[in-house]
Amino acid sequence: MLRLENVTKTFGTHTVLKEITTNFNDQETTVLVGPSGSGKSTLLRSLNLLERPESGFYDCDGIELDFAKKITKKETLAVRQKTEMVFQDYNLFPHLTVLKNIMEGPVHVLKEDKTSAKKRALELLNKVGLKDKADAYPNQLSGGQAQRVAIARSLAMKPRYILLDEPTSALDPELELEVLKVLLELAKEKQSLVIVTHNLEFARHVADKILFIEDGKIFFAGKKDEFFNSTNARIQEFIHAMTLDNLSNEN
Amino acid sequence: MWHIVWSSLPELISAGIKYTIPLAVISFALGLVLALITALIRISQTKGPFLIIKAIFRFYVWLFRSTPLIVQLFIVYFGLPYLIIKGVAPDGIKLEPFTAGIIVFSLNTGAYASETIRAAIESIPKGQWEAAQAIGMTRTQTLFRIIIPQAARVSLPPLSNSFIGLVKDTSLASTITIVEMFEVSQQIAAENYQPLVMYCTVAALYAILCTILSFVQSWLEKITTRYLKPQV
Ligand SMILES: Nc1ncnc2c1ncn2[C@@H]1O[C@H](COP(=O)(O)OP(=O)(O)O)[C@@H](O)[C@H]1O
Ligand SMILES: [Mg+2]
Repeated sequence: MLRLENVTKTFGTHTVLKEITTNFNDQETTVLVGPSGSGKSTLLRSLNLLERPESGFYDCDGIELDFAKKITKKETLAVRQKTEMVFQDYNLFPHLTVLKNIMEGPVHVLKEDKTSAKKRALELLNKVGLKDKADAYPNQLSGGQAQRVAIARSLAMKPRYILLDEPTSALDPELELEVLKVLLELAKEKQSLVIVTHNLEFARHVADKILFIEDGKIFFAGKKDEFFNSTNARIQEFIHAMTLDNLSNEN
Repeated sequence: MWHIVWSSLPELISAGIKYTIPLAVISFALGLVLALITALIRISQTKGPFLIIKAIFRFYVWLFRSTPLIVQLFIVYFGLPYLIIKGVAPDGIKLEPFTAGIIVFSLNTGAYASETIRAAIESIPKGQWEAAQAIGMTRTQTLFRIIIPQAARVSLPPLSNSFIGLVKDTSLASTITIVEMFEVSQQIAAENYQPLVMYCTVAALYAILCTILSFVQSWLEKITTRYLKPQV
């Protein structure tokens, strides 16, 4: 389980996370929703220590950190082996082939031998439907393909949790679908996922738990159905606005 | 006229092979190593006493970029013999001309190239650092496996220009008594009173050398940018 307690993060004078306390369960998909700028990315990135909150506690599946104290390199690396990050703009390594992108972490971080890392990389590529792209370079892929490679790259590290920050926001609808299918598949396999998304329909499909974040605070945390059936005015307004947004995007 | 050119060629070419090319190649290789070290130190995030080292390297880059190359050569070759340090160099620092040349050209190249490399490293998107760190790479691993290979491609054209510039700048070595190509052309011109022919001949030799290097540069650019081409 990932657990945050009273986590606060400030950029300059702007407090972006305000005493956040929550947890992310094993083998569940937690979806983070909320307006732009509410702190979703910051929260997600804190789980991977790409952002460093200035206070609060973080229990990363047994690794206990106090953000107010110095976090050692060793602890940082340990957290990053438990959690993998998938970014909105993929961030594949452009100078490496698709296969090498996936093997990079297992070979150079986990020190696996090349043959077995390659075998597993090919299996993962097969899983995301891109076996024939092993020798392509990232620039030769469509956005949907690139994001699926990024997901395969994160899976290669055998993380307990995969953290995805708006993984399909940069994609056209039909490419988005390819990626969402892969994620649904992972969720079905009980891979622990934390996903930031604006796509409420996808959230409705994939989520076990929803966190609704507003202005750096958790406004709602609970089961998916409780969220979508909520009678709370603010939640209803948000769901409504997101659905209208989707409609106007399609025009 | 052509027989003057032909008869001077062996001497000129041999000076090129003995001095011009070695000066350029050795200085560039040493300069690149120095440039990479300088760039890495200048972008490093370490604090504390390390800041002094950072400041020293910043001073070095500033110094060599803000003084003329020929003055640097004069200071090292003609000036240092007068630098008397008790115990270390009681009779001043006297260097062989070739050594002095290598030192100055390397330091000069290192200063300029370090800025090129630093800019190239800084041009690699932040997302590349984050992706590498997210899979658990250390800063050093990220630098050497992810950032520098991409930065190398970015810095290839400006570094090639520096190298071509250096080949031409080695002609300044004639001022510190190195008998490289330009010096030889001056000596022959003093004997045969054909300065126009001699200096044009040596100019042509530099031009040929630099043209070959430009071809090598295009070829390198082609193979290092292969991965950027979208598939057709
Ligand atoms: N590196 C940063 N420096 C300064 N402000 C930042 C930085 N990252 C995010 N912010 C600010 O923090 C707030 C929350 O950002 P973010 O977590 O990206 O929100 P979300 O992902 O919900 O849109 C925004 O106001 C944003 O401008
Ligand atoms: Mg965001």
